[in-house]
Amino acid sequence: MKVRYLLNILGKLCLGLLLSLAVNANEPTSMQRVPIPDPPKALENFSTEQPCVEPIDIIRRNHGSLLKHRRNDTMYRGVRTTQYSLAACINCHVTPDAITGNYPSISQDSEHFCRSCHSYVAVTIDCFQCHASKPDTSVNVINSINILDTSRASQ
Amino acid sequence: MNEEISPTPNRRDFLKTTAIVAGITVAPGVLLYGVSQAKSPDDQTITAKKRWGMLIDTNKCVQGCNECVNACITEHGISENVRPDITSQWIRKVGLRDKQTGKEYSLPLFCQHCEHPPCVDVCPTGASFKRVDGIVLVDKHICIGCRYCMMACPYKARSFVHETLKNQKPHSPRGKGTVEACTFCVHRIDKGQSPACVAACQKSGHKAMLFGDIKDPNSEISKKLSHVSSTALRPDMRLNPGIRYQGL
Ligand code: HEC
Ligand code: HEC
Repeated sequence: MKVRYLLNILGKLCLGLLLSLAVNANEPTSMQRVPIPDPPKALENFSTEQPCVEPIDIIRRNHGSLLKHRRNDTMYRGVRTTQYSLAACINCHVTPDAITGNYPSISQDSEHFCRSCHSYVAVTIDCFQCHASKPDTSVNVINSINILDTSRASQ
Repeated sequence: MNEEISPTPNRRDFLKTTAIVAGITVAPGVLLYGVSQAKSPDDQTITAKKRWGMLIDTNKCVQGCNECVNACITEHGISENVRPDITSQWIRKVGLRDKQTGKEYSLPLFCQHCEHPPCVDVCPTGASFKRVDGIVLVDKHICIGCRYCMMACPYKARSFVHETLKNQKPHSPRGKGTVEACTFCVHRIDKGQSPACVAACQKSGHKAMLFGDIKDPNSEISKKLSHVSSTALRPDMRLNPGIRYQGL
């Protein structure tokens, strides 16, 4: 009798333990985990065929290497098309807050597109120590005068 | 003077052959690129057939005028809030005075985009480099901020960023811990525009700065260089700068 009673209690304890473990695995509280990222919507679609500059599954996986490849093309070969340009990603993906009208900060706000996933997957990039993390809104006076250099234009 | 303009025959032959090899290897890539997407001027990869240069007429450069310097500051967003006294200087106005005659000269001084840049020679990481079209740049992705290049540059043309920066221009990434200098407004050149300082000088009416391709014999700058007398700064160093000065 005694043994049976003990076994019964032990069984109940084990079940309880298992159950509580299962509950823990299924429902972590927000205190325990970084929230699932929710990247903000882009300004517009890249083209009628696809939303981004590459199909979504490709851009999600490979944007890091696309950007790095492109960086060298621009730096050493002067290629400045917008398809993989970081400035173009920012112009399309970083939009002002609907209420305040301010752009999210790359160093503080999880709503910044390029920060949303990275904190979740623990990726740290230092691009934005040098590169602008929001579109340029200032009107540049010098840019407006366009003096085409004849020797390049004729090529 | 002629010595700086034309390198020794051996070096020139070497340059010629390397240019041809580079042309062959680059061509298929360019073709592929052209087929895969619509051509735009931004697509074009740079070529060694061009060399960007500038001719500065010191007779037209006005003492006290700072249009070129201000244009550079605006274009590249060069400012330093923490320690304004150590702000980068990509271009500065320099005054010279001939002790014998008392004649004063005013001229803008900035990266001279040398054919044989000492900053590139000394860089331990390869961050300092010269584009095939002659523009000398810092690849800040691999610059470690050692500042050897600043010491090597005889024109004191380079600056170091000491403080964390904010609100950089999208076309001009700049950041703490890297060396920087005049980029010849490479982002504008690649779009077919002239550098900001040149545009500003033009707009001010002084027209002291002439920019163009010095390898193209028909460009305005080459034509002018072939009939006015001009000099490089410190020609004794034989760096063959892309910037030449008239009236010094
Ligand atoms: C012309 C606009 C545009 C440009 C330029 C652009 N994108 Fe996108 N991108 C989109 C759209 C639209 C989506 C679909 C999701 C949405 O609506 O926000 C998207 C999706 C993505 C996603 C997946 C987001 C998710 O929810 O899983 C990533 C990552 C991404 N883009 C990165 C980039 C990078 C990196 C660049 C620059 C190389 C870039 N994008 C340039 C419009 C753009
Ligand atoms: C949909 C989520 C998501 C968004 C949005 C996103 N990234 Fe990423 N990013 C990732 C993930 C995940 C990785 C890691 C990929 C890997 O390691 O294979 C990554 C890696 C990178 C890397 C490579 C890092 C390295 O050390 O190799 C760069 C660069 C990068 N992202 C830039 C950006 C930029 C710029 C933006 C904003 C335009 C952005 N990402 C937006 C998810 C995202």
